[in-house]
Amino acid sequence: MPQIFRKFLFLLALLAAAGTQAQLSIEITGAGANRIPVAIANFAGETAAAQVIASTVRSDLERSGLFKLIDPAGATLDENAPVNFADWKGRGADALATGSVTRGADGRMQARFRLYDTQKQVALGGAVYVTGPEQLRAAGHRIADYIYEKLTGEKGIFSTRIAYVVKSGGQFKLQIADADGQNAATALSSTEPIISPVWSPDGSKVAYVSFEKKKPVIYVHSLASGQRQVVANFKGSNSAPAWSPDGRKLAIVLSKDGNSQIYSVNADGSGVQRLSQSAGIDTEPRYSPDGSAIYFTSDRGGSPQVYRMSANGGDAQRVTFEGSYNVSPRPSPDGKTLAFISRRDGRFQLAVMDLASKQVQILTDSVKDESPSFAPNGRMILIATEIGGRGVLTAVSSDGRIKQRLSVAGGDVREPAWGPFNP
Amino acid sequence: MKKLLIPALLSALIVGCSSTPVDETSGAPVESRNGSSGVASVTAGGLDSRGLPRELTDPKSQLSQRSIYFDLDKYDVKPEYQDLVAAHAKYLVTNRGFKVLIQGNTDERGSREYNLSLGQKRADAVKRSLVMLGAKEEQVESVSLGEEKPKNPGHDESAWAENRRADILYRAPDGRGEF
Repeated sequence: MPQIFRKFLFLLALLAAAGTQAQLSIEITGAGANRIPVAIANFAGETAAAQVIASTVRSDLERSGLFKLIDPAGATLDENAPVNFADWKGRGADALATGSVTRGADGRMQARFRLYDTQKQVALGGAVYVTGPEQLRAAGHRIADYIYEKLTGEKGIFSTRIAYVVKSGGQFKLQIADADGQNAATALSSTEPIISPVWSPDGSKVAYVSFEKKKPVIYVHSLASGQRQVVANFKGSNSAPAWSPDGRKLAIVLSKDGNSQIYSVNADGSGVQRLSQSAGIDTEPRYSPDGSAIYFTSDRGGSPQVYRMSANGGDAQRVTFEGSYNVSPRPSPDGKTLAFISRRDGRFQLAVMDLASKQVQILTDSVKDESPSFAPNGRMILIATEIGGRGVLTAVSSDGRIKQRLSVAGGDVREPAWGPFNP
Repeated sequence: MKKLLIPALLSALIVGCSSTPVDETSGAPVESRNGSSGVASVTAGGLDSRGLPRELTDPKSQLSQRSIYFDLDKYDVKPEYQDLVAAHAKYLVTNRGFKVLIQGNTDERGSREYNLSLGQKRADAVKRSLVMLGAKEEQVESVSLGEEKPKNPGHDESAWAENRRADILYRAPDGRGEF
């Protein structure tokens, strides 16, 4: 087959794949200071595939708010091409990536790249990623993760996934998408609400609450097979699942003994144990990253506030004090920060607390923020909020300086959950 | 109609991919793995009052009134609903084979999970009244739908007032009914 024709078919396939799902789109509404200037040259090799990969890398880096993309001015450079460091430095690039995309004998695509420091005039490293031709963007995300980590010193999250719920018409869909909102796939479609999805630590399962039995019931859903298992369906309500960091247990909320109280249960639904003991509401449990403590929301003091107790239960200490409504606590992956939703003058806004100093910072000026979720590197917090009466997802950097918006056309998007690092 | 639950594998979709990085110098071919995903689909049955006695469904009967409304941030059954709750309790006392599911609801403001617990408090209050008036514990289950199933989808005070509510659903001894 003539090569140009094959490329054309390939492009068509890409377009077809893009058209089948409601896509999230991303806007950068602010940017951090001191962005690292980096140039991504056009990759050599199969033109269409090379364009997909280079543009994925560029948009990932740009979206993070930590990089300033320097225009390569049409330069196409493979990973072995000699680099004129002075020239790239002159254009303002502190770093440069070059690469190529070729089709292997088995039909699979090989994406190679090399990253350079133009100041020190050295290569920082490189890699080759082999993927099916329909997964070029995944290879792009991997390359972006590599560059991000080399240049910032922290792990990238471009190849992680997010889960969220779309309400459209009378239908509720639990969707799984790439962290940039692309490549969305439906894991569960239901005529009844789905809330509170949470990823298992290994990324293979999502636990959530479904109302398909006319009451809230907790399920664990295996993403590869689509198989669903009931984890808690006791008399009364079953809600607010949270995985233990080792993936063996879930903290859950049951009303079987009266009020909403926190229990733990094995991931297969066995071994239910009560953890909290209060006369009020205890809900929204989340394990600390080391698994030793559970943060949760309780109204035991008269208004809903965040508390902390041992993961085995027992006495609880109050964590939030400012204001009369602080809910949905989420400890950061390093355990140093707590994200939560705080009501201020009737507005529900994303807040973070430095757990050592107890210093609180409000990160948004929205009206209806919900369900915060940390990226696995702790850099961004994904939330649901409302813009123009419609549910949208926003990612906010944990210092509040960078905000990205994701939205699905024709649907209400809510209940986001950022997945773990890819294995 | 009983609940209709159809989990089905509709199609295999690709969810994400993982490509394996190798040191460029190694030049070894790398296996990449496609995670394929099954889509589960659930269709829940709607409210179905067929199979229930007329006195529970006839609009002229007090027992066809199944909603109890609550004030903002309040979880106690207001005096104007005491008669209605008493009528339902009496029905459950004389018809021990019947069961009810009480679904508590809240307005849309605030955390979904916290609202779920608040809706539970409303459902629990109705359950307590029913049991106090003679219904058996096993006849009554109180659950919460939180803010997820608003009766009025609006975003103003009158819509919120309609959504601060507990509903009573009935099931006959033969298993037919509304839940």
